[in-house]
Amino acid sequence: MTTIKSEPQSVLILGAGSDIAFACAGLWAKEGKHILLAGRNTSELDRRAADLKVRYQASVSVHLFDARKFDSHETFYQSLPYRPDIVLCAFGYLGDQAKACHDFEEALNIMESNYTGAVSILNIVAADMIQRKSGGIIGISSVAGERGRMSNYHYGSAKAGFTAYLSGLRNRLAHEGLRVMTVKPGFVRTRMTEGLPLPAPLTATAEKAGKDIVQAWKKKKDVLYTLWMWKWVMWIIRNIPEFVFKKLKL
Amino acid sequence: MIQKIGNWGNYPVMDCDVEEYSPSVIHSNVPQIPRGMGRSYGDASLGAKVVSMLRLNCMLDFNPETGVLWAESGVTLSEILEVFVPRGFFLPVTPGTRFVSLGGAVAADVHGKNHHKEGSFCDHVEYIDLQVEDGRILRCSRIENAEWFDLTRGGMGLTGIILRVALRLKKIETSWIKQINIKVRNFEELCSLFEAHQGSTYSVAWVDCLAKGKKAGRGIFMIGEHASLSEIRQEGITQPFTSLKKKGLSIPFFLPEIILNNFTIRVFNFLYYHKQLKRKRVFLTPYEPYFYPLDSIFHWNRVYGKRGFVQYQFVLPFEGGAEAMQDILETIARRGFASFLTVLKTFGPQEGLLAFPMEGYTLALDFPVSPELFPFLTELDQKVQQAGGRIYLAKDARMSPEVFASTYGEKLSTFQKILARLLPGKSFQSALSQRLQLIQS
Ligand SMILES: Cc1cc2nc3c(=O)[nH]c(=O)nc-3n(C[C@H](O)[C@H](O)[C@H](O)COP(=O)(O)OP(=O)(O)OC[C@H]3O[C@@H](n4cnc5c(N)ncnc54)[C@H](O)[C@@H]3O)c2cc1C
Ligand SMILES: NC(=O)c1ccc[n+]([C@@H]2O[C@H](COP(=O)([O-])OP(=O)(O)OC[C@H]3O[C@@H](n4cnc5c(N)ncnc54)[C@H](OP(=O)(O)O)[C@@H]3O)[C@@H](O)[C@H]2O)c1
Repeated sequence: MTTIKSEPQSVLILGAGSDIAFACAGLWAKEGKHILLAGRNTSELDRRAADLKVRYQASVSVHLFDARKFDSHETFYQSLPYRPDIVLCAFGYLGDQAKACHDFEEALNIMESNYTGAVSILNIVAADMIQRKSGGIIGISSVAGERGRMSNYHYGSAKAGFTAYLSGLRNRLAHEGLRVMTVKPGFVRTRMTEGLPLPAPLTATAEKAGKDIVQAWKKKKDVLYTLWMWKWVMWIIRNIPEFVFKKLKL
Repeated sequence: MIQKIGNWGNYPVMDCDVEEYSPSVIHSNVPQIPRGMGRSYGDASLGAKVVSMLRLNCMLDFNPETGVLWAESGVTLSEILEVFVPRGFFLPVTPGTRFVSLGGAVAADVHGKNHHKEGSFCDHVEYIDLQVEDGRILRCSRIENAEWFDLTRGGMGLTGIILRVALRLKKIETSWIKQINIKVRNFEELCSLFEAHQGSTYSVAWVDCLAKGKKAGRGIFMIGEHASLSEIRQEGITQPFTSLKKKGLSIPFFLPEIILNNFTIRVFNFLYYHKQLKRKRVFLTPYEPYFYPLDSIFHWNRVYGKRGFVQYQFVLPFEGGAEAMQDILETIARRGFASFLTVLKTFGPQEGLLAFPMEGYTLALDFPVSPELFPFLTELDQKVQQAGGRIYLAKDARMSPEVFASTYGEKLSTFQKILARLLPGKSFQSALSQRLQLIQS
């Protein structure tokens, strides 16, 4: 780990093919931060890297990363050109709930892409940040993790795990003077939700979600709901008594 | 997903199956049409199956030496201004709104206030990547796949999907415009001003469409040049580049139809003409209000209400065009069809098969949709046809196939012949191409 040289103001984006993450990348690139884009589909990331270079004259590099290939995570992190100041963990997979109920491979994909994969890489990142006493982590979880619902409880439970992990990590890193922020998007119009009928007043664009994330990080928030009203929507959903909740079709 | 959509005029509005672009959309068993920002006015980017190009929104390369930008077709002109004006580059040609996509600008081969001097948008396009019906991606320029290039510029999305565009931007010293406004009393005066100012980079005239008789054609003639550094310094301006305003007014919903009626349009036209007291005014202005006066009010098209509106833009050749234009202006005023904004300018020579511009005068009018409007526009069509002119497809929503065929003439037949040979599958069709019977069976 000691061989990696440190540069100020760099951001590592895990799952950089995400529309929300790319919106964040644009805002950070505009501020002059170095951007490290990591994901599975590197040709897609090359396209986005080119865009950040042209628009913001930013320094950008692209790195192959698969959240489900746990064994590769250590080498992936070691071989980065510099140690990131901020790590945005954005990858996630909504999956097919109906399929996941009878096909464990699908269930596993959902769990690994939203939870265990994140634990694997963020453990490595956290250890490095603790050692160098600097750095911060942003994890994109979901409001779906706040209460299991019949329509997506595989995804929801994985995000619930991720939310709890981030909360614990925040607690631990706070003692080292380091920050962890949990992002809980409600509905966001992205590739993940393409074709789904989403209620307009509760749905953010990826640009709006990205702006919220970058601003909230600056304001040193611990937990961010985007759009903001999701905080209250979820408060209501959490407080519906179980004997009522279980009968609802949610 | 089936959606009810319309373009800028909100007429027509129809059910379209809208899909985001992905490389495999090309293998569709129903004809499709690419769509950018939906800033054409009528049915050019509507159809049974519509492919939205807005996800292709990356800028891929920029060469500051040559000024050539290589970008995906869903990038908007507004984004290009935002990125490149601060670096001293400007769009070589721009339509009256910056919210159009690169793909839409190529497909309609759009024109600006500098057509008489600097040509249309595609005159500044070096090459494009076009996905054709068999799935191949062709690099098309004046040299490579030249036939495809010629067909696609101004081809209204009927040749394939424009994926990427190499556009040569124009170098500027400042983003300010030196504007001169001259008040004119009638059409004759206006024509002589256009003639006298052929050398100006930008020229356009706002016309009071309600002025009758001797006053027909009165209005404000406006010319503009990019201001130099020394010119702005003389005026005490230190900042050469102004940035785009992101926020502005917005019309949040369709206004009741009563608001924009014949009377209010008349009042607006009257005030606009009399607002300028002096005959001539010279001043510096940021580029935004100069090129995009309406863009500061988002969704301004909603002032027309749900009924929607129609833009009627035609061009008449110089030869006999002035008389015909005067006749058309007088007819409109006499019959009491009020247009909110009436804009006149001149065109220079034009390349391309389906292109709209030709050397001559062009007039653009906005009319709210009403039952009396369509028969009246059919009458105007006859006048345009007789004068040897034609109507702009990017704005049209109602022309007949007969008027279209006779006014686009021989070049249209050539377009159709080549299209039939290159695209035997007829994979690209829009509501416009079907209405105008543009693609022959
Ligand atoms: C306020 C206002 C002012 C205007 N002023 C002018 C003006 O001064 N001069 C002028 O020339 N025009 C003007 N226009 C018209 C506008 O510039 C054109 O209609 C332009 O084509 C709109 O681009 P768009 O991205 O919105 O495309 P759309 O309206 O979505 O589509 C227009 C056409 O382009 C095709 N197309 C779009 N993207 C692609 C693609 N990627 N590949 C292939 N085909 C594609 C569509 O199939 C369709 O035929 C104005 C429009 C407005 C609303
Ligand atoms: N959109 C919403 O409404 C919403 C709501 C709540 C939470 N979220 C969360 O927000 C985050 C961003 O999602 P988005 O909406 O921007 O969706 P998106 O565009 O679909 O992005 C998800 C990204 O995760 C990547 N990914 C999935 N599995 C991966 C793996 N095993 N390894 C590496 N990358 C992987 C995908 O990569 P590929 O490009 O290679 O497929 C994709 O780029 C996700 O964590 C999502 O769960 C979204």
